[in-house]
Amino acid sequence: MLDKNGIAKRIAKELQDGYFVNLGIGIPTLVANYIPEGIEVEFQSENGVLGMGPFPFEGEEDADIINAGKQTITTMPGASFFDSAMSFGMIRGQHVDLTVLGAMEVSEEGDIANWKIPGKMVKGMGGAMDLVASAENIIVAMMHTNKAGASKLLKKCSLPLTGVGCVKKIVTNLALLEVTGEGFKLLERAPGVSVEDIKNATEGTLIIEGDIPEMVLS
Amino acid sequence: MIRKTVPNVTEALVGVKNDMTFMLGGFGLCGIPENSIAELVKLNISGLTCISNNAGVDDFGLGLLLQKKQINKMISSYVGENDEFERQMLSGELDVELIPQGTLAERCRAAQGGFPAIYTPAGYGTEVAEGKETREFNGKMYVLEHAFKADFAFIKAWKGDEAGNLIFKGTSRNFNPCMCGAAKITVVEVEELVPAGTLDPDHIHIPGIFVQRIFQGERFEKRIEQRTVRKRE
Repeated sequence: MLDKNGIAKRIAKELQDGYFVNLGIGIPTLVANYIPEGIEVEFQSENGVLGMGPFPFEGEEDADIINAGKQTITTMPGASFFDSAMSFGMIRGQHVDLTVLGAMEVSEEGDIANWKIPGKMVKGMGGAMDLVASAENIIVAMMHTNKAGASKLLKKCSLPLTGVGCVKKIVTNLALLEVTGEGFKLLERAPGVSVEDIKNATEGTLIIEGDIPEMVLS
Repeated sequence: MIRKTVPNVTEALVGVKNDMTFMLGGFGLCGIPENSIAELVKLNISGLTCISNNAGVDDFGLGLLLQKKQINKMISSYVGENDEFERQMLSGELDVELIPQGTLAERCRAAQGGFPAIYTPAGYGTEVAEGKETREFNGKMYVLEHAFKADFAFIKAWKGDEAGNLIFKGTSRNFNPCMCGAAKITVVEVEELVPAGTLDPDHIHIPGIFVQRIFQGERFEKRIEQRTVRKRE
């Protein structure tokens, strides 16, 4: 089974040289720690920066330079700043190659819910609706089940949607899956996890073809 | 040169009234017009509609206006980080319209640039699109979103000149340029106000034509919401 860093590590293997990448808050942010050797990627943060770098050294924080999680950051050589309209122009205009975000639920048709639990939690969608409505290449990073043990990979989402038919791939603590339109196609098992474990944790249609290989993380 | 300077925040806010609609720049606490917000708290006007990506934190930014119940309605994309906000929203005291962040930016820019509405794919198929006109272009569905109408836009820039030309710094730029000229009156506070001719015209992010009043803020706290650092090796 993978922990949060393991999920991030597996997603990082999907990065390709020259990619512009938007990472959501939570597990997706960790992907930046595992960029494969020998490739160049640039991170976009929707509050208005391309070429995000690591956190600043203590004492070098700048209140004017933050990421979308409101954390102080630095910039890499070649970075740029821009306003919110241009930032979402990059996103809607499909200039960003890969979007990684978290989710509360994903349906087998690729619908995603991640912004609201009616009556309980309303934080808002932030940029997530713009991202999922536009990006060609969306990977969801999440735990396979919620805290109560219920599957987050469903036939239909029960929570208010963030976007419809948009998720292409999912990496969970148990598996790597592709959303095909007919169901969740199991591509890889997390280390030490059986196909049976994944079946038991998936409420939506699970497509299993042939032997399912175990993930290689390094 | 057409002068846009006013001596202080009091003069800058002349004409603000109860029940008005305001736009406020900023992302989280980054690039918020903190001097104008402090003055709005002092003026104690109420019944306000505020268009702003976030609602500040409990004791800073728009959170200060929320605490005094000066705001009737918030139009935002993300409102976490603020317990009082969540309480007022869930209890129904505060009317909240949550919209996608890119849509928020573009509805400002539409108002600035003379478009009555725009089509965006964001929110299609979700509750955000309920009751709105939708249309297919090239096989993809889009939602019609209208330009905002606001009485005042409150903007924070890094540097500005007497003509109202503005330069922003880092990610404190965010929604600020999109809101300039998107309301009837645009009020800008800057950290440094310089004489006309000081700034290189090639470096201006927002031309003064979009600005009615500019002043040098008396004090900028520039509070950091999430101070994240790494250790020196």
